[in-house]
Amino acid sequence: MNISPHLSPRSGISAGWLRSNLFNNWYNSLLTIIILLLIWQLVPPFFSWAFINSLWNSPAVDCRDIDGACWSIIPQNIDFIFFGFFPEDQQWRPGLAMFLLLGLVFYSKDRNHWKKSLFVYWAINLVVMGTLMYGGVFGMPVVETAQWSGLPLTFMLALFGMVAGYPVGVLLVLGRKSRMPAIKTLCVVYIEMIRGVPLISLLFMSSVMFPLFLPEGVTFDKVLRAQAAIILFTAAYIAEVVRGGLQAMPRGQFEAADSLGLNYSQSMRLIILPQALKIVIPPSVGILLSAFKDTSLVVIIALYDVLKTTKVTLSNPKWANYSTEAYLFLALLYFVCCYSMSSYSRKLEKDLHTGH
Amino acid sequence: MNKTVNKTTSDPVDKPIIEIIKMHKWYGDFHVLSDINLKVQPKERIVICGPSGSGKSTLIRCINRLEEHQRGQIIVNGTELTNDIKNIEKVRMEVGMVFQHFNLFPHLSILENLTVGPIWVRKTPKKEAEEIAMMYLEKVHIAEQAKKFPGQLSGGQQQRVAIARSLCMHPQVMLFDEPTSALDPEMIKEVLDVMIDLAEEGMTMIVVTHEMGFAKSVADRVMFMDEGQIVEENNPHDFFDNPQHDRTKLFLSQILG
Amino acid sequence: MNREPSITIDAELVPGVAPFWRDPEKRAIVFQVVALILVAFISYYLYSNTQANLERQSIATGFSFLDKEAGFEIGESVVDYSAADSYADALLVGALNTIKVSFIGIFFTVILGAVIGVARLSTNWLVAKIAGGYIELMQNIPILLQLFFWYAIFYESFPSPREALSPFSGVFLCNRGLVFAVPEAHAAHAAMGWAFVAALVIGWGLHRWGQRRQARTGQIFPSVRVAIVLYLTLPLLVWFIYGAPTGMNIPTLNGFNFKGGVTVSPEFSALLLGLVFYTAAFVAEIVRAGIQSIGRGQIEAAKAVGLNTGQVLHLVILPQALRVIIPPLTSQLLNLIKNSSLAIAIGYSDFVAITNTTINQTGQAIEGVALIMLVYLFFSLSTSLFMNIYNKKTALVER
Repeated sequence: MNISPHLSPRSGISAGWLRSNLFNNWYNSLLTIIILLLIWQLVPPFFSWAFINSLWNSPAVDCRDIDGACWSIIPQNIDFIFFGFFPEDQQWRPGLAMFLLLGLVFYSKDRNHWKKSLFVYWAINLVVMGTLMYGGVFGMPVVETAQWSGLPLTFMLALFGMVAGYPVGVLLVLGRKSRMPAIKTLCVVYIEMIRGVPLISLLFMSSVMFPLFLPEGVTFDKVLRAQAAIILFTAAYIAEVVRGGLQAMPRGQFEAADSLGLNYSQSMRLIILPQALKIVIPPSVGILLSAFKDTSLVVIIALYDVLKTTKVTLSNPKWANYSTEAYLFLALLYFVCCYSMSSYSRKLEKDLHTGH
Repeated sequence: MNKTVNKTTSDPVDKPIIEIIKMHKWYGDFHVLSDINLKVQPKERIVICGPSGSGKSTLIRCINRLEEHQRGQIIVNGTELTNDIKNIEKVRMEVGMVFQHFNLFPHLSILENLTVGPIWVRKTPKKEAEEIAMMYLEKVHIAEQAKKFPGQLSGGQQQRVAIARSLCMHPQVMLFDEPTSALDPEMIKEVLDVMIDLAEEGMTMIVVTHEMGFAKSVADRVMFMDEGQIVEENNPHDFFDNPQHDRTKLFLSQILG
Repeated sequence: MNREPSITIDAELVPGVAPFWRDPEKRAIVFQVVALILVAFISYYLYSNTQANLERQSIATGFSFLDKEAGFEIGESVVDYSAADSYADALLVGALNTIKVSFIGIFFTVILGAVIGVARLSTNWLVAKIAGGYIELMQNIPILLQLFFWYAIFYESFPSPREALSPFSGVFLCNRGLVFAVPEAHAAHAAMGWAFVAALVIGWGLHRWGQRRQARTGQIFPSVRVAIVLYLTLPLLVWFIYGAPTGMNIPTLNGFNFKGGVTVSPEFSALLLGLVFYTAAFVAEIVRAGIQSIGRGQIEAAKAVGLNTGQVLHLVILPQALRVIIPPLTSQLLNLIKNSSLAIAIGYSDFVAITNTTINQTGQAIEGVALIMLVYLFFSLSTSLFMNIYNKKTALVER
């Protein structure tokens, strides 16, 4: 059976390393040669397309004359791609909100900062971000949620989906584990139903069915409806993940809490949930990651997240031929965000495992 | 056992602190406890022994309602154990339990492990709870570890903390479910010493254990259980030297070698 | 409730009864009743709102629309369909399209995922790194973006049929899709199909016979090699018997498009490629984890007993690895089926897309969304059922 190659950290790429990692037997040698040939064939043309013959920030007409990539589509349209329909002169507001968000995310990565004060910071930050986006105070004109689009919409849908979905998910799994048949059935039905259907069907439900549920005259705008659908969706997956955490709790913990005289809500709040939720932090980050990728689906119900704004840019005949460049840029953007989240989750898992 | 302990001198006619009357328990069809009758006097120390599966752990877990009995009565300190939540909570405040696997809360410090009960169940103010906790930690000779976490302690240390945790609730009765069975041999003595100290101070104790030395020197009564029934009970001297039933004799021969 | 025993116990004392507001069982009942009433109340509120709104907007209810004429064409279909057929027919076409892309997708995903998963563990540094890079890349880019990308390649990068790319003779790539030659329809094909089925049956029978013989006499029967020979030669034999027909249905350029051969639409191709490449990355990780879950000691012990590599693989490694692989694998394949619903974004007529058109035309959103959810729930629940049965059957027996 093949096992991963071990790279000795000291030798670097020497003849010995080459021999043991690339040419150690006949079929590996063959594979190496084939791969090197493929790289030789594919990489230089890509390189010249992407970097040598390309234009980086020019008007659309200039791009027609070149052989290479027209990266200009990005800088020329960046305001719309990033912020969508947010009024141009107010775009510093979502920009600042994003900046604050990223700052707090980086701050939260350090486990030494995981104290009660972190919750407070996040709560304050969310309120500040909401105010920045909505406006209405401090002389900032109001911008309705219908105009929130682009990157802020993507981040917001994922973030609130997770933040609001988590408590709902925890309640669901506590209900599922309860011994009351009615509650248990309701929760199980909800969880299995939501997990069994594609997110797109829930988004459809939110965009065409929710309006029918509301009394006449009451409307919720589309963004909020989609947000509700994402929250409901995420909650079901969180419930499953936390269920794993609860199942990993030794029974003795429940018994010790009971024998001390703690009642149900006390033992859950003080003893069981703090431990169970800590166990499931890595898979929870995985769910946040999925939520982030899934926000792209709102394209289908015509909400303007960053994928849709890009598509709209491409529908402009000036830029229509450069979809490859646009999609590659978006792919890079998503990749950077998602890869950092997943490698952080892996690191976290390792740290939590080796810690006490 | 180096210490000798004064045996209980309470009058057997005193009101018993625990009374179990004609108690039965089933797991589904399996009759795990049958016709248990037991009266425990205050300050009395009872050791229960028996082969695994005999129901001895189940018996003491019924006393603090970690298990439910289906028939008969269990009365602890005047309160009858029923489905009534208020009664259950009352009983649990008066009965402390020490588990085989310690069951300390790993995410709380030692001090917090001890104060969580008094603060949230007895509604003790935090400072007072901490003072009580430190006092009991001193008593079990582990005060210097107060700020550490359970994962940093050895098994013997953890079990002593577990005993202190129960004591912080000022129980009238302490139940011990094989407290030393999960410990490495060199740590058993430190835990038994703490239990002996407790006994000397007059705590009512029911101990499920295989430590026959402890039984001989500390117990007022030794009970042998097999297949869900109390087969034999006697004072330690007569129990070990003169077992009446064949099953008791068999068990003693196996355990004492 | 525990059952009462049949032996009589004298002076039986039943534990005292608590006042009902402190009895946990009674409290539980009250709590549940309150919860159910709340749910019922909310449901009723939503229901009456919906009734009012439907009436106001003159939207019909019920499923009678299924019999009405659909009035729209569908881009591609496994069965015959025209705009004059009913909505029920249209939905069936959609369902079949979903099944088509899902099953073909699952087939290729498992193969590609297994290959990449094994490659990830290769001793060749280049191969391992490239496999790892693929996995990281594909997992971290949303699938919808990948679908758009593939679709754009077909529509923008591929030329019109007149200037179609032709990597091999008889195969053409253009913006109408992938067009390739297939053998001309001939009676021999059906017979060859049956021959293949016969080969399966005979191969299975020989395998069982070989197992019994091995139990009796210890002689090993080369089931796998015999099976491969059977699968190859029996259909070939039938082909010869029918006169070795070699007629091909070759696509030829006719005006602006190809005639003949088989055309795989860009929508289908893009969806298939997107689904396969995305899901294979997750499958690769699962396969890798499954293989790595086998402790080195297992392989060493098997080899120490004298088993050769093939036997080690099939007797020791695969059974254990599969136990670890199959549960998350079915979960991922289920995700593939659910993700196929994104077809609507690139114009492939799957079930969701057709239901969406139906909703747009009839206005009956509730029935439409309910149908979508029912169909996918059917897939999920049957998969869960299969998973539970599989888990029970293969669970390691432990103390």
